[in-house]
Amino acid sequence: MITFLRILTGLVLLGLIVLAAIIFMPVRSTPALAALPDDYTPPEGSGEYVMRLADCSACHTAEGGVPFAGGRKIESPLGTIYSTNITPDEETGIGSYSLDEFRAALYDGVRQDGAHLYPAMPYANYRKLSEEDVRALYAFFMEEVEPVSNAGPETALPFPFNQRWGIRTWKWAALGKAGEVSTTGDALYDRGAYLVEAPGHCSACHTPRNLVMGEAGYTAMDGDFLMGGEIDGWTAPALRGPDSAIRNWSAEDLKLYFASGRNNHAGVNGEMQLVVRDSLQFYSDEDLDAVVAYLRALGDPTDGDNAPPVDPPRTIDRLDTAAGGTEAVLTAAEPGMALGPRLYLDNCNACHFVDGRGADQVFPELDGNPLVTAASATGLIDTILNGAEVPSTTVRPYSLRMPGFDHRLSDEEVAELATFLRSAWSNSAPAVTIADVTARREVAEERAAAE
Amino acid sequence: MARTEAKKDVVIVGLGWTGAIMGIELAQEGLEVLALERGPDRYTVPDFRYPDVIDELKYGVRMGFMQKPRNSTVTIRRTLQETALPYRKLGSFLPGDGVGGAGIHWNGQNWRAMENEFTLRSYVEDNFGAEIIPEDMTIQDWGVTYAELEPYFDRFEYVLGISGQAGNVNGQIIEGGNPFEAPRSRDFPLPPLPNTYDSVLFADAARAMGYHPFPRPAANASAAYTNEYGMQLGPCNFCGFCERYGCLNYSKASPQTCILDALRRMPNFSYRTNSEVLRVDLAEDGQTATGVTYWDEDAQEEVFQPADIVLLCAYQLHNVHLMLLSGIGEPYNPVTGEGVTGKNYAYQMNGGTTLFFKDKTFNPFIGSGANGLSMDDFAINQIDFAAEGFIGGSYITAGVANGQPIRGIGLPKGTPSWGEEWKTAIGEWYGHSMSIGSHGSNMAYRDCYLDLDPTYTDRHGRPLMRMTFNWKPNDIRMTQFMRSKIEPIAESMNPDTWQSSYKAEGAQYDVRPYQTTHNVGGAIMGDDPNTSAVNRYLQAWGQHNVFSIGASAFPQNIQYNPTGVVGALAYWVADAIRKDYLPNPRPLV
Repeated sequence: MITFLRILTGLVLLGLIVLAAIIFMPVRSTPALAALPDDYTPPEGSGEYVMRLADCSACHTAEGGVPFAGGRKIESPLGTIYSTNITPDEETGIGSYSLDEFRAALYDGVRQDGAHLYPAMPYANYRKLSEEDVRALYAFFMEEVEPVSNAGPETALPFPFNQRWGIRTWKWAALGKAGEVSTTGDALYDRGAYLVEAPGHCSACHTPRNLVMGEAGYTAMDGDFLMGGEIDGWTAPALRGPDSAIRNWSAEDLKLYFASGRNNHAGVNGEMQLVVRDSLQFYSDEDLDAVVAYLRALGDPTDGDNAPPVDPPRTIDRLDTAAGGTEAVLTAAEPGMALGPRLYLDNCNACHFVDGRGADQVFPELDGNPLVTAASATGLIDTILNGAEVPSTTVRPYSLRMPGFDHRLSDEEVAELATFLRSAWSNSAPAVTIADVTARREVAEERAAAE
Repeated sequence: MARTEAKKDVVIVGLGWTGAIMGIELAQEGLEVLALERGPDRYTVPDFRYPDVIDELKYGVRMGFMQKPRNSTVTIRRTLQETALPYRKLGSFLPGDGVGGAGIHWNGQNWRAMENEFTLRSYVEDNFGAEIIPEDMTIQDWGVTYAELEPYFDRFEYVLGISGQAGNVNGQIIEGGNPFEAPRSRDFPLPPLPNTYDSVLFADAARAMGYHPFPRPAANASAAYTNEYGMQLGPCNFCGFCERYGCLNYSKASPQTCILDALRRMPNFSYRTNSEVLRVDLAEDGQTATGVTYWDEDAQEEVFQPADIVLLCAYQLHNVHLMLLSGIGEPYNPVTGEGVTGKNYAYQMNGGTTLFFKDKTFNPFIGSGANGLSMDDFAINQIDFAAEGFIGGSYITAGVANGQPIRGIGLPKGTPSWGEEWKTAIGEWYGHSMSIGSHGSNMAYRDCYLDLDPTYTDRHGRPLMRMTFNWKPNDIRMTQFMRSKIEPIAESMNPDTWQSSYKAEGAQYDVRPYQTTHNVGGAIMGDDPNTSAVNRYLQAWGQHNVFSIGASAFPQNIQYNPTGVVGALAYWVADAIRKDYLPNPRPLV
């Protein structure tokens, strides 16, 4: 008995010591991946470009706020996280960060004061950034960004997530090796791999999470890498594998999507809209080619490029060719038709057409659209309720908007319509319930009220 | 107390088609460009969103997108002897306001004028003799030729993604297109729209009589399209809500769909809405403009906006009004024929025949603003003016443009406009009628003009502009000629009954029924400062940094809808300013 108590006491003490160590032992920062001379100067313009590659501004800029001054609300599974001010303001920004402290934030998720950053900051991916790019970013934020004094709202998550020391243990379990990036020796592929896996941090959303909520893969070698994830309740679609919609996209389709937020198949939606708006549209032509080459090597590139280019069909041709299944139902437009297709005709058909193919670069296809058939119908429901908007980009400046239908359709109607869409044409995804819609309408109303 | 804003390189009055074109073209030069728009900002979503915008009562009947007469109107009289009265209820014509201007609520009928329309007086004199021109007809050459404008027509059509079928490419006549059109340098950017049943019946009948029908050029996209600015259109779905509405479907070319989002991205361009320009301010010597003064509706104060270049890009009536108010050009005097500003106001002479078929169903809810098959067999270059006794011409069309339920139903003459009999007639004839219309030129006359009203003022205390206009025998003979050509076509189609509506001898201008918003002239272009208000580059003769761009420059009206020419002129002026004026600001002629 006494022995047992001693052992127990010993374990408790040991636990306390370990806990104390976790909380109080300073973190050893990951060193620079390459030794660059102290007087190394990043090439002109590279700082801003790497910032674009890494999309710092999307999260670190509040809606309508000063760039990089923080304060953006990020809805995470743990609660609302507010992004921080990363302008070089001494008091409220990162003006007093040394290069090593800056790198520690990027690589290890550690703040200047030693506190652990929530993994909304994608240091799991940024820890692969080359030293050249780290230097470029550091120079950019210190020298090219104007300091802005903005303390912003403090992130205040509920217990236990407010115990930031816990993140340290999470990092042990969740983070991959710093600097590790896929490589094949092919220059284009390797550049693409670096861009996707490191600054692009695509996997932060597009890779499923494992048991400890870490990314289930960090490089192309990991089977689950980019196999689809979730962001703010929306499905971030798989970018590889048999169920990936972009398998059927040509290289040109992919490139146009990244550069403009739209292509012949889809319009960018949800959080990805910000990625195109603030990051992808600024990628150089060569870098976009690299990203596309890498993604197509990950998936199965045999479908896309070989398909012959098709002239956009004229309205009349498409009406005439409607035959079979969904198209036949929609074309016949029998008064007694089910509610779902009737709602489609009354609300969606003008743009997306009876064949569900929309119009090139303007109206997204709904047949085979990953947003429509996503595992989680949240994105589809939100889009029907609140509408959608593609960002204005250099090559396609038009910020095309789809109106929301929340004022026009009841929860039951949205559920019927969404269920119809998920099973129309070649789509085959589970039904949407009224409760699903009610929940999303409430979320939208809460968010509107909070603004 | 007026405030003064920071000086700009260019200030643009009005952000419709011409304002948007001049804005993007000059912003591309790196100039600081500011557009002032008197109305509100407008976006497809939310302003034209489905289904709110296809509200015929709100927009078709109560004119939701038009200027409000209480804010802005003209006075109208028919003769020099009458006292003009304010146009208090929109009827005959419908000027718009707000970002996009009339470019949001047009039908999308986008034409080039014919070669001889640009040199009309010379053409008439050379071919038929000066003596056939009536004494009071003041038609003029434009000072610019079709050949000079061709590249700019082409540019405008490719910006707008026009759907159509070329009939003459570099002199080669193309089957199915308009064989009488002036040569174009290439085909339309998009294939023609599909045809509705009424237009097919008409075209078959016309062809059987030896005429040459072709698809009407449409700014309603027949397929998805991306233009030179990267702006985009989606395919038209034939909802039938074009005229008086913003397009809910991104299908109708407008400043919104073709230019504005690209322009908004340019850091050296900005625009202010609810900012109505009151006058152009001139330097003390009157030789240049120093900027404009506008009314800031939000701040409720006058603002002086200095600028090096002033571009009048408002609606035709407002361009002329601003010139009259600002002392740009000598006001026209109809008694002496002297003066230039306000001279040669002209309109459009249209007519039509409606056919009723008990056994044919036309699905009139399917329509598109520029839908239809047209023929130019009686166009201005096909008629012997001396033999026929008039100067002018028309194009003739059938095709459902208006698919709206309230105003779109044709009923036989004599049907009451309400009550039991009206209901019965609606039941009997809805979907069973179609129309063949003529859309024709209107010449300029000594006593059809614009000046400042001696009595009435607007809410800013400025004199209203006075329109003096009436129909003239020449143009009535022209439209009666069209009637004599259309009725045989209609009869050959064997309708159960048909009826015609064309201006007849003695017809007086009536401002109440809608006719067309193709008001032209008043700040006309030409070669001679004594007979035109602006030179061939639409530059004011007396103030070289003022340009007045739009249908106000037409010396008389063409037989077509004016937008195609307005757009071509805008690109023509933009090019002249970019290449010639900016390097050395001066009178270009």
